[in-house]
Amino acid sequence: MGRLTWRPGTVLESVTETPRVKTLTIAAPEWPGHRPGQHVDVRLTAEDGYQAVRSYSLAAPASNGTVMVTVERLDDGEVSPYLVDEARPGDQVELRGPVGGYFVWEPALGGPLLLVGGGSGIVPLAAMLRVHAAAASDVPTRLLFSARSPDEAIFTAELDRLAADDLQLQVIATYTREAPADWTGYRRRVDREMLEEVAWRGADRPLAFVCGPTGFVETVAADLEQMGYAGDRIRTERFGPTGGTP
Amino acid sequence: MADGVFSRGFRGRRRAPADAALPPGQYVTDDFPVFSAGPTPHTPLDEWSFAITGEASNPRVWSWEAFLELPPETITTDIHCVTRWSKLSTQWTGVSVDRLLSEVTHQAAYVTAFCDGGYTTNLPIDDLTGGKAWIAYEFDGAPLEPEHGAPARLLVPHLYLWKSAKWVRGLRLMSEDKPGFWEELGYHEHGDPWKEQRHWGD
Repeated sequence: MGRLTWRPGTVLESVTETPRVKTLTIAAPEWPGHRPGQHVDVRLTAEDGYQAVRSYSLAAPASNGTVMVTVERLDDGEVSPYLVDEARPGDQVELRGPVGGYFVWEPALGGPLLLVGGGSGIVPLAAMLRVHAAAASDVPTRLLFSARSPDEAIFTAELDRLAADDLQLQVIATYTREAPADWTGYRRRVDREMLEEVAWRGADRPLAFVCGPTGFVETVAADLEQMGYAGDRIRTERFGPTGGTP
Repeated sequence: MADGVFSRGFRGRRRAPADAALPPGQYVTDDFPVFSAGPTPHTPLDEWSFAITGEASNPRVWSWEAFLELPPETITTDIHCVTRWSKLSTQWTGVSVDRLLSEVTHQAAYVTAFCDGGYTTNLPIDDLTGGKAWIAYEFDGAPLEPEHGAPARLLVPHLYLWKSAKWVRGLRLMSEDKPGFWEELGYHEHGDPWKEQRHWGD
């Protein structure tokens, strides 16, 4: 792998996922490609040369010289408010990457695969599912995602579509604060009992990826270990303030 | 910056001039984010030990109780994560690596720190000696939290924080360098934040 360099990107499209989350499609003709779960560093430069950089999960495989990042606005953030509230087609950014090589799933890694996402922790997991579907992978896969409410859930329409088309994929949602009146699924935080019902058994030697706020990931990873998942087959990515819950 | 690239309408949140004390590309946080590749290990203290192993003529192992009897030092230092946050004036208590290495005879040039959960990281011995590194067991006056490395972590504050291995169980002395966990996955072999040594080739 050669040195990572900054490459120009131009915003092509900005799609609202939730009131706080947008997906930006960025034209990046020099982007070298990436694996599902990897990150990109995004650099913004003000007119006077001031710069700020943050890292974001790539939401999908690269295609046709574009990359997709899904960004949640952090109110005290520096880059995310710009990307969510300000950026529009034609705006310029710079990209460096891909970054990170462990929180990555590719069909060759096998399974059975368990993906557990809290809040915007779904983003790198969605990239894995998109590759799973595109490759017609026969790896049995379950995704459990937790969101406060359907309005705050990201990618639900796409996940439903993937689950309908991909016979090896099951998608299970839980809504922790608010669910539609006719919702028959889970209405609480992910807990051990839910994982026992939804997740592969430890004896199946599953491979698990858990992404979300720190407290969410700590709890889920510990529960999975107690269910017999091998520690080295639970890959985690934590973000945000310690103790946050979706 | 690439030629003439700027982001229309971006101003940023510029902070006080105190940021001059920050390595390039870092921002200050008051929180303490967690960057771990897997589950948090929970090793009971009566099963915990700390070892100096590898190319030493007289390897040493300390139990938790014996480790706490070693003379502690309290350090106040800034810490810098490769994911770009920095935390200023953090306070740690632990045993200096100089003190631990003084108990063994060796000519090693490199060290691999090894940990519960299987994590490893590699460092030249010169980055661990001369008052630059500690095995820390307290943060801001309280025992380390599990997700921050309890019961003890390596602290090498002049390098990016992935070198400050959490849940550390020992140092393996070696005559040759061997890449650790993140160092094999694209992160820089040395990790000096002032030189922005984040990734391979930086």
